Amino acid sequence: MNTKYFFNTKKLTVGYNGKPLIKDIEINLKKGQILTLIGPNGSGKSTILKSITKHLKSICGTIYIDNKSIENMSNKDMAQKVAVVLTDRLKTELMTCKDVVATGRYPYTGMLGILSKEDNIQVRNAMELVNAWELRNRDFTEISDGQRQRILLARAICQNPEIIVLDEPTSFLDIHYELELLNILRTLAEERGITVIMSLHELDMAQKVSDLVMCVKGEYITHIGTPKEIFQKELISKLYDLSNGSYNPLFGSFEMERPKGVPMVFVIAGDGTGIAEYRTLQKKRIPFVTGILHKNDIDYQLAQDLASEVFFEKSFEPISEETFQSTLKRMQSCPIVINCLETYGELNIKNKALYEMALRQGKKNLESAAML
Amino acid sequence: MKENNDKNYIRYIITLTVLIILFAVLILLNIKLGSVDVSVKDIIDILFHRRGNETNYNILWKVRLPRIMASIILGGALALSGFLLQTFFNNPIAGPYVLGISSGSKMMVALVMITILSRYHSVSSASLIAAAFAGAILSMGFVLIISRRVQSVSMLIVCGVMIGYICSAITDIMITFADDANIVNLHNWSLGSFSGTSWRDVGVMASVVLPTSLIVFLMSKPIGAYQLGEGYAKNMGVNIKLFRIMLVLLSSFLCACVTAFAGPISFVGIAVPHLVKSFLRTSKPLIATPLCFLGGSVFCLGCDLIARTLFAPVELSVSTVSSIFGVPIVIYIMLRKRVQ
Repeated sequence: MNTKYFFNTKKLTVGYNGKPLIKDIEINLKKGQILTLIGPNGSGKSTILKSITKHLKSICGTIYIDNKSIENMSNKDMAQKVAVVLTDRLKTELMTCKDVVATGRYPYTGMLGILSKEDNIQVRNAMELVNAWELRNRDFTEISDGQRQRILLARAICQNPEIIVLDEPTSFLDIHYELELLNILRTLAEERGITVIMSLHELDMAQKVSDLVMCVKGEYITHIGTPKEIFQKELISKLYDLSNGSYNPLFGSFEMERPKGVPMVFVIAGDGTGIAEYRTLQKKRIPFVTGILHKNDIDYQLAQDLASEVFFEKSFEPISEETFQSTLKRMQSCPIVINCLETYGELNIKNKALYEMALRQGKKNLESAAML
Repeated sequence: MKENNDKNYIRYIITLTVLIILFAVLILLNIKLGSVDVSVKDIIDILFHRRGNETNYNILWKVRLPRIMASIILGGALALSGFLLQTFFNNPIAGPYVLGISSGSKMMVALVMITILSRYHSVSSASLIAAAFAGAILSMGFVLIISRRVQSVSMLIVCGVMIGYICSAITDIMITFADDANIVNLHNWSLGSFSGTSWRDVGVMASVVLPTSLIVFLMSKPIGAYQLGEGYAKNMGVNIKLFRIMLVLLSSFLCACVTAFAGPISFVGIAVPHLVKSFLRTSKPLIATPLCFLGGSVFCLGCDLIARTLFAPVELSVSTVSSIFGVPIVIYIMLRKRVQ
């Protein structure tokens, strides 16, 4: 056992009906850290979460909270330590939002579950924290998905847990509520030292909100680490079997498949002017070559994913004659040229020469890929 | 928030007051009305001074009062059983009658009555309750097995109704081949009726139903947690396995008691909890369970009054009357669910 960590698992194997699905899971979390599980659908993210919350009996291995094995913990102790936000859609009958949140006080109330003054304050605080106090008298079935998710989070918060486990909390949310929810989780982690374990589909969000990320796929956990370590082109592409697109760690987003074939179009771009053209060409499935870009240009990032070939220069260096010549040579095989640049600077003045050469060679000159 | 809490309390108190007034009025009417109309003065004399016309005295003390007690106790038990089943299946149209639990009890009780009455003269209440409970558990077991297989709750209800039909059919077969003397008894009973209740029966009912109801009330807290679904209830520290077993046993037992004494009584289990919860505008068990019990009593007092007096001296079965009032409510709930 490692006392440094607040939550850890040792050789945890999870699965259904005694059949192991994922083996030897080792998680080490400090108090107030956010761990996000990512991975394809059906990879077992929920199974892991359910085992952590004791909704599912783990097959072997141990889960420790604050150095105590949860196996020996009473239902009540467990309830005071771990709160959940589940994916299942709740069907309530005649319950106000406040009623739903108040159920979180269950492990603290007496035999008949009557709320004390203190309990009421806790309920109110939790609802205010998620900006849902004004919903208190509304029927739970009559509010929007985003509001419902906030109410369920408030329910978990007023359970006063040390760990909150959320299964796909952003599934039904639009961007606004998604950001709000993740902000609240960050606040809980930073200010209250609540440890958060959740699964997310949105990789960009996972990258931004998590302290640790775990990739769930296959029989063993292959990767667990900081977002910086995990969000690598190779790793993510492999995790999601991306043969039909690519992952860009800088954007934290995915690009569609690169157009295949012999490139007929040359795009002169830079300073972000190329992005829209690249995307248009990709949508029309037209393969293209682009240049001359500096490596620190944002166009360069996308061109890497979409262009058949990219001509580039080192960051902060003027375009060299060598690069220029090789680009020129490649451009000759493209009958169409699109120039996105309107002005040129000292470092990329050679692009102007490139464009002029194209015109002189009598290439078809288009203003935009939309005209193709 | 304070204002709203106050409003809630006012609503609870109004509902409670209305129910108590109805309760009192219906008891009075049940004492007074019937094949023989007893004047209020006589009632007071008979009840409080223990004197008066001997016929009336006997009608009141030996017939009407025990029957009223039966309506009160068994009506409450039915409503509570319905409330528990609705919580268990998370469905407002679940109830002991539609799920076939009443019919299962009926079948077993008929079996026991026929076999025992053919040899002895009387059957003890305890053995009837035991038989009814066995039948209830049998039906409930079937329903539970089916509920694991089918996801849709409407299918579950259809299956419950089917189980009910099978049990009724078997009961009918048994009645057809039973001895003549027993048929009269059985026939009345199998339709659902409070008639023929003795004070001894009332004593047994009370000593069985009231403690069970108290247990249900004391389980308000986990029931409230369970209303959010199994996953959340477990997270709050409810021992789900034990709780589910308790819920099944308690609801079956309450329903079995009713069937053992009064036969199957339809739709009380759905209609009453629904009405009570709608008036209260909450399903919090702490408030809803006692009021459901009271509501069930009131509903059955009313139904029995109509059953006795509408075509007097011919008596209808309570179940007939409770269906007429209960079914429209059930249909209303189903329609409203569809809309949602």
